[in-house]
Amino acid sequence: MNRTFTLASLPIGESAVIASLAADTSACRRLRELGFSQGNEVHALFRAPLGDPTAYAVCGTVMALRRSDAEKIFLLSSGKA
Amino acid sequence: MRFLTQLSPHRIALAGNPNVGKSTLFNALTGLRQHTGNWPGKTVSSAQGTYLHGGQIFEVTDLPGTYSLFADSAEESITRDALLFEAFDAVVLVADATALRRNLPLVLQVSEVLPNAVLCVNLMDEAKKHSISIDTDALQKALSIPVVTASAGRGDGIQGVRDALLRAVRHKRVAAGKRVEYPLLAERAISMVETALAPWAGTAISSRHMALQLLTGEEHLLSHVGEAYLPSVQEALHRARSFLHHADITAEELQQMLTESLHQKSAAMVRAAVSQPQELRKQKAKADAIFTSPWGGFLTMALLLSLLFYLTVKGANLPSSALQRLLFSALPHLRAFLDGCGAPPWLTGALADGIYRTAAWVISVMLPPMAIFFPLFTLLEDIGYLPRMAFDLDACFRRAGSSGRQSLTMSMSLGCNACGVTGCRIMKSSRERLLAILTASFIPCNGRFPTLIALLSLLCAGRSLFTSLGLGILLMLSTAATLLVCRTLSAAAPKSTAAPFILELPPYRTPQIGQVLIRSLLDRTLFVLGRAVAVAAPAGLIIYLLANIPLAGGTLLSSFAAFLDPLGRMMGLSGAILLAFFLAFPANEIMLPALLMCYFSSSTLVEVESAALSPLLLQNGWTAKTAICTLLFCLFHFPCSTTCITIYKETGSIKHTLAAAALPTAVGMILCCGVHLLFTLF
Repeated sequence: MNRTFTLASLPIGESAVIASLAADTSACRRLRELGFSQGNEVHALFRAPLGDPTAYAVCGTVMALRRSDAEKIFLLSSGKA
Repeated sequence: MRFLTQLSPHRIALAGNPNVGKSTLFNALTGLRQHTGNWPGKTVSSAQGTYLHGGQIFEVTDLPGTYSLFADSAEESITRDALLFEAFDAVVLVADATALRRNLPLVLQVSEVLPNAVLCVNLMDEAKKHSISIDTDALQKALSIPVVTASAGRGDGIQGVRDALLRAVRHKRVAAGKRVEYPLLAERAISMVETALAPWAGTAISSRHMALQLLTGEEHLLSHVGEAYLPSVQEALHRARSFLHHADITAEELQQMLTESLHQKSAAMVRAAVSQPQELRKQKAKADAIFTSPWGGFLTMALLLSLLFYLTVKGANLPSSALQRLLFSALPHLRAFLDGCGAPPWLTGALADGIYRTAAWVISVMLPPMAIFFPLFTLLEDIGYLPRMAFDLDACFRRAGSSGRQSLTMSMSLGCNACGVTGCRIMKSSRERLLAILTASFIPCNGRFPTLIALLSLLCAGRSLFTSLGLGILLMLSTAATLLVCRTLSAAAPKSTAAPFILELPPYRTPQIGQVLIRSLLDRTLFVLGRAVAVAAPAGLIIYLLANIPLAGGTLLSSFAAFLDPLGRMMGLSGAILLAFFLAFPANEIMLPALLMCYFSSSTLVEVESAALSPLLLQNGWTAKTAICTLLFCLFHFPCSTTCITIYKETGSIKHTLAAAALPTAVGMILCCGVHLLFTLF
């Protein structure tokens, strides 16, 4: 069964595939443009000293996202994660 | 020798995503033949340079990096506007070989606007390391524009770019490179506006892309349209909008549709032309383990900044005194020369003691520290540390209503407040940008360093280590004040949703020491110093005149000082000190010379060396409290004239400029009065 959970809850060191983005178009447009789009794999690399933001490997680069923005990205839960 | 077959330069634009090596390519193409006088740094404004190839002159403009022509910040709008409206002969699109899927959408967009495009796939060495191989022929076929590969950092492929550009300007491509076909509804709306724009746009401007921009909300671009054509364009725009409205598509949704199409097409191209292992790179850079770890992050930040300050303070010590001795030793000769020419004493005094002495002072106290600070700072920038700093600090800034990016603009402010203000173009929302602009001058700039260092040295009995620590503490105070003020202002402003914070953390790279030195010394050090001298010299003249025009038993200067004395005393300062700050409005550098002239105003002027500063100040009633309050007011007072002008240019609002001047001054006054009270009570 494929549950969806958000990027914000992806533990450090784990990967997942993006299922969809929240309906908030203005914020999500940029996210999509930078690689956080449906079907792409993301990997949670490390967090900032104060807990936020988190650095993710996606689409060939490393992008930092705040928790509030990571919550807008839904992931596919696979056996690996 | 007639080897130049064409004298008018070909105008080339250089565009691409941030961090793809655009500037490296720019440097490789143009070498030192660049237009300095800006603050290229992380390209907030465009840099220009020229080179010669095949008997033709090429003028290259390095545009700010952008992810899309649907601009997300003031900085990205610069690129969009330049590509849309400036008549470039060709454009070089630089892409990252390891992230083509993210880079190609911009390539597709730009080749629609400027069909005469060349794609330069850069960072090929990185691609090789990750076993990514690119079929450039397939890409070329799919995009219908020439594709060249390069590793600009190593100097590979530069000649290929030059050759490709030469071909591009010789055989100008006018037919559009393969356009992206957008969804039917979108295309219908676009063609409505496109047809109305065509008479005005002609072949010079892409009416299709202009239509896209207008339909996705960038209506202010209408100001570019000729008056005669405006009514029909507006009418067409209105029609297209109602059409979309009936189809239940908002401007936002339209933009999303268009972006989606671009990304789908890019993905298809990449699948066909690029072969790469499916494994996502999951390696955390070793340096990141230190720079972003819970304790390591802030510790290294503090260490790096302390080291930066220590090297600046210690390293500038001897050169400053030597330079001062050298320049001041010319003073008597200058006076003798002027007297010999038959100049009246007041003119000799004005030129020698007013202009020359002030300029000499500014150069001797500013050049050595800047010649150390700027290269070191540029080095830090070059290796890629700064985004990590923004990453670590974002949480603090978010709570203050801003974002970690502000730490980047603040570090630019450290070099020069005016440059820090311009740097605020990288902020992603207008609210964040305004906050950053208003608080940019809370950070001490290189112009204030001489004053801060001189006073700290006095308090620390000349020990460089403590002086640099003191400077570090002052910077922390500035940062705390910035965060506090941002938080207060944010609380007062109406609530608006924060812009998403997406920061790229590019891989660390070995700094190009040669380029760093050249860029920092020419672009930054000489530019800031030159501007300082240009402002300080006339200001020095005015102060000299004020100090020598008699009024009511003293001079104009002493009268002003006496007038300001009550206010000064309340703040733990004196009238003379306060006056010196006001006189330093043109440029912060002249605060100390102005102060010294106040103290000397009743006697003939004597050369002052830093060593003699202490007894002079003590003579004029200075105590430790005075030094502390002066330091505080130096940190927190109105920005210099150049910064004020820049703020006005960047915000377009007198109200905001006045607010930017009032905020630090208010903080300074409160702190000074507070310290004064503390000292009087204990």
